[in-house]
Amino acid sequence: MTFTPLEIWTIILVLGIGTFLLRFSFLGMIGNRPLPEWVLRYLRYTPVAVLPGLVAPLVIWPSGTGGEFDLPRLLAAVATVGAGLITRNTLAGIIGGLAVLYLGLFTLP
Amino acid sequence: MPFLLVIVPFGLLFGVAGAEAGLNLAEIMGFSVLVIAGASQFTAVQLMADNAPVLVVLATSLAVNLRMAMYSASLTPHLGAAPGWQKALVAYFMVDQSYALAIQDYERQPDRSLAEKLAYYAGACSPVCPQWYVSTWAGATLGQAIPPEFALDFAVPITFLAMLAPMLRSAAHVAAALVSVGLALALAFLPAGVGLLIAAVAAMVTGAQVELWIERRRA
Repeated sequence: MTFTPLEIWTIILVLGIGTFLLRFSFLGMIGNRPLPEWVLRYLRYTPVAVLPGLVAPLVIWPSGTGGEFDLPRLLAAVATVGAGLITRNTLAGIIGGLAVLYLGLFTLP
Repeated sequence: MPFLLVIVPFGLLFGVAGAEAGLNLAEIMGFSVLVIAGASQFTAVQLMADNAPVLVVLATSLAVNLRMAMYSASLTPHLGAAPGWQKALVAYFMVDQSYALAIQDYERQPDRSLAEKLAYYAGACSPVCPQWYVSTWAGATLGQAIPPEFALDFAVPITFLAMLAPMLRSAAHVAAALVSVGLALALAFLPAGVGLLIAAVAAMVTGAQVELWIERRRA
């Protein structure tokens, strides 16, 4: 990482203030005007639009191997999504993923 | 409390991820105290580790928190009449878990007084937020002691995927996720974070359009 402390604290403060303003937005404004339907429709998909794209390169080109493709890590990613989909539970996904990751790392050649 | 089981490992992992990325303890705690939003904190730290431009780090991490505006809108009919400083506190402590607990209760018992609703909200925050700070601190402190064979670099992708899987509730969500993955990989040659921003916007549009399309076919 090549950020200066000033840049790091700028990121922390702006992200903190920006997140607060998002949380405060409607509560802080008077009146109960509901959001237009088309805005809500976009907002609904922000987490599933951002998170998969963030993770995909880390799964295919992991930082821990210097960007070399790694089978245990791919299998662990598949197991995490599988366990999360079946159980609808985040913690179960993490445990399933870590279990497959260590199984793969310590048993696959 | 089932939330405790989720929050503590998350906080630990964030502390570890921050330390792995090269942040010091004060900076890691700065994130958890000033931002308190797990997914966007992980996003910011990951992009910083990739040396993405500051503006890209901010835009992407804030995009992850856009859903908070939805939470704010849906709490407004219940808590909008509270004084400003109380609403500011409600906003500061607004996380997925506190929102989910509070809105369930308000929708079941909409006739409760404002004071009762605020008290319930405070109760919903108390098992989540302090534990977030403490477990982040523990992860940041202990993280350095864990050897590289344990592949902690991969704790972050696993955490993200585990948060993501339960969100894939409909065909539209799955379509958005697939577009996001495909474009992020195809655009990986662009400067860090830029491809992700393009992929995320395209995926949001995809999700919204698929939802409309499914609704029209039903109608």
